[in-house]
Amino acid sequence: MEETIKTCLHAKHLALGAKMMPFGGFDMPIEYSSIIEEHNAVRHAAGIFDVSHMGEVLVTGIDSEKYVNHIFTNDISNAPIGKIYYGIMLYPEGGAVDDLLVYKVGAKAFFLVINASNIDKDFAWMVEQTKGFEVKVKNLSDNYGEVAVQGPTAVTAVEEELGLMVNDLAFYTFKEIKVAGETIIVSRTGYTGEDGFEIYGSHAYINKVWDALINSKKVLPCGLGCRDTLRFEVALPLYGHELDWNISPLEAGLGSFVKLDKEEFIGKEAMMLQETEGVKRKVVGIELTERAVARNGYEVEADGKVIGTVTTGYISISTGKSVCMALIDSAYSALGTPVSIRIRKKLFAATVVKKRFYEKNYKK
Amino acid sequence: MSTIVKGLYYAESHEWVKVEGEFGFVGISDYAQHALGNVVYVDLPEVDDDVTQGEEFGAVESVKAASDLISPVSGTIVEVNEELNDKPQLINEDAFANWIMKVKLSDPSEVENLLDSDAYKAICE
Repeated sequence: MEETIKTCLHAKHLALGAKMMPFGGFDMPIEYSSIIEEHNAVRHAAGIFDVSHMGEVLVTGIDSEKYVNHIFTNDISNAPIGKIYYGIMLYPEGGAVDDLLVYKVGAKAFFLVINASNIDKDFAWMVEQTKGFEVKVKNLSDNYGEVAVQGPTAVTAVEEELGLMVNDLAFYTFKEIKVAGETIIVSRTGYTGEDGFEIYGSHAYINKVWDALINSKKVLPCGLGCRDTLRFEVALPLYGHELDWNISPLEAGLGSFVKLDKEEFIGKEAMMLQETEGVKRKVVGIELTERAVARNGYEVEADGKVIGTVTTGYISISTGKSVCMALIDSAYSALGTPVSIRIRKKLFAATVVKKRFYEKNYKK
Repeated sequence: MSTIVKGLYYAESHEWVKVEGEFGFVGISDYAQHALGNVVYVDLPEVDDDVTQGEEFGAVESVKAASDLISPVSGTIVEVNEELNDKPQLINEDAFANWIMKVKLSDPSEVENLLDSDAYKAICE
């Protein structure tokens, strides 16, 4: 077994008595108090997550814009400094290398935030694609700590306890702030469907942020357990589940982040073809009529045959409904289509529904 | 940290059985409920079904995962704890008070294959 990596906040998690589990190669907190309590704190007040396991890559150089546009499905042409874009890096065949955020930090500089479990693979891929571009690609993942402060009262906690003026930030924008001899990044982003911020800084600064917010009692420490239940309810994809090396963003329902009118990007031809022919599989929402839980990998059936598999499923903490996302044959993807899910050998009746199980509460 | 009740028999898979005459009440241990976290659903077996020691008879679903329930005894199910349908969280509140099924034991001597509270405590450490 490979040894797990500890984030800069690892000792804090142990001190708080968190239940720890390996995730993406890191030893991460799954829950502190309980997933349900932490989930509700983020929906109705505020929570703080250690997301230092996420990877950070800096792209600089004359061709940086052209290069990022080449490896990324969204269009960052002429982006203003301070803006953030969500998008996907694709293989030429149309599967996803990863999904990521691109922060425009300078006229010729971009800060890319990638998934923990994909850091090595992504970085190798990015380096490989630099051929012919005047760019430098630097993996800064070990230098940064990161926390996410999420929930309707996150803004007050961040302003009052950290002294960072952030309420003027629009959704999907960021600013660099000088604090205690370093420049940190604060963005109005998150992975919960609530208003909130993600803060990137040195390990020392992120430890200070953690202590200040935890000691203030204005935010609850939250583990990866509720991070998943929160993102799931608002249908945000998780790489390895709704999006993967063999699941395209069009199949995942992320077409709005794939700019087919862009001059070129890796995977564009495959996306054009899928767009013209229509995708054969789609990620949909499914609601069970009975009280059982559909888990990742369970089979979805209709007309006596297997039509797909569950990608993520829970009894939604916010709504109490047993729902899941599943990748199924497009022929069955219309809302209201009756399907069934095989759970421990038995078939349970279910219906295709909108995959956004809970409405997002973003600012601006 | 977790509670272990004396006088019960335990399986290594963290179920307990409390023997009362020819019947056995079966539940999961406090250690197990703590490891699972919030229980959101209990897949109860059916009354009159037969269970076999060491074989699956249902499942407990926490927020994040499903765990099979393994029967610590053999026999016929005479009652299931229906209250868990509406309040699965009772397992978290008191795992020993909230049994899952009551079994008419076909072979009461089978409990000798199980652990006593001291032996069970040792595997929870």
